[in-house]
Amino acid sequence: MPPEFDRRGALRCLGLAAGTLFGLSGGVLTATPLAQAATRAVGKPLFVQLSDTHIGFNKPANPDVGATLDRTIDLVNALPVQPALILHTGDITHLSKAEEFDAARQHLLRLRVTELHVTPGEHDMIDGTGAAYLDRFGQASGGRGYYSFDHDGVHFVALVNVQHFKTGGLGAFGDDQLAWLKDDLSGRSSSQPLVLFAHMPMWTIYEPWGWGTGDADQVLALTRRFGSVTVLNGHIHQIVQKTEGHVVFHTARSTAYPQPAAGEGAGPGPLVVAPDELPRRLGLTSVGIASSPGLTTLSDTALA
Amino acid sequence: MKTLSRLGLAAALALACAAPGLSVAQPPPAAVTVPIKNFAFMQMSTTIATGGSVTWKNLDGEPHTVVSTDGLFRSGGLDEGESFTFKFIRPGVYKYVCSIHPQMKATIVVR
Repeated sequence: MPPEFDRRGALRCLGLAAGTLFGLSGGVLTATPLAQAATRAVGKPLFVQLSDTHIGFNKPANPDVGATLDRTIDLVNALPVQPALILHTGDITHLSKAEEFDAARQHLLRLRVTELHVTPGEHDMIDGTGAAYLDRFGQASGGRGYYSFDHDGVHFVALVNVQHFKTGGLGAFGDDQLAWLKDDLSGRSSSQPLVLFAHMPMWTIYEPWGWGTGDADQVLALTRRFGSVTVLNGHIHQIVQKTEGHVVFHTARSTAYPQPAAGEGAGPGPLVVAPDELPRRLGLTSVGIASSPGLTTLSDTALA
Repeated sequence: MKTLSRLGLAAALALACAAPGLSVAQPPPAAVTVPIKNFAFMQMSTTIATGGSVTWKNLDGEPHTVVSTDGLFRSGGLDEGESFTFKFIRPGVYKYVCSIHPQMKATIVVR
């Protein structure tokens, strides 16, 4: 493995490659190669999920996270049909610094899609109160961080699970947010598709590294009566997916650097890979809703 | 040779036995550095004198923080190579975590 990241080498390798598209119908998940999906009706692209941009990171695992974010944004801007929304599932910055938030915002302004929804990661809340994050991204939630909105008949809920860590390191939503969510979902039709997004995984992927959310089961209990639930997270910088009944859980890749698979090595830190390998470990997730009710499709695209 | 090595062993044993006694008799240090490495505080429990300072230094490529569970002290995000120092003016037992990776836990004892 080369000691230094070869930026030009990596950029040469950046290019759109086929990912995999997942369609969900009646709780059954089927995978289709993205190239094949492009020629089939898979519904209109509703939104693209970006995650873990870690602006400010500059270590050997990726000395230029701005360039890889820009390349990801180029991929989104080049989509033949632009999605309606962009969701960012947190760790916008690496160290919650004002200049990192300001740089991230300038990168994200390059997106042709202007409607951006975000939820913070623990790297965005290092100052404790989350003031640096909420000053810039807190308007939609009235300074709370969590909020909901509707688009095209789909109910979106941005949740925050990085402010009330449980002993042992799992994320948590906390009682106030759970009470708010119960109120937010009450009175909604069970046939309305739900998209929940938060930074840390909402099922326990690996507890020793805190890859889970302690009170996520209470959130899922509130969604049980809904026919179509999509749960999107970031945090672990790799794709892990599962389907449980009517719920699809999906974690997205980072646009900045990969992390080891659960339990491999000392901890969940930046993983240095060969320059030509890096773009294959970074990317985005795009989600569409088909015209037939209850059908959502997820597809992941790597940078190479 | 044999006698010498026996003498050496005896001396080493004497020192080893004396060391715990010495540490009890001596006051705790006034300044201690706690390295952060491989997602752990390298000392689970650190004892210092009242009025003494603890410096934490992050040696990981991933940032960490030092945050006391009772809210007394809180570092900013410590990137690789960065340090945070806190001076303890009151005796007590202070538990702390990394707020980014709260599975990282340790304790400062101030006497």
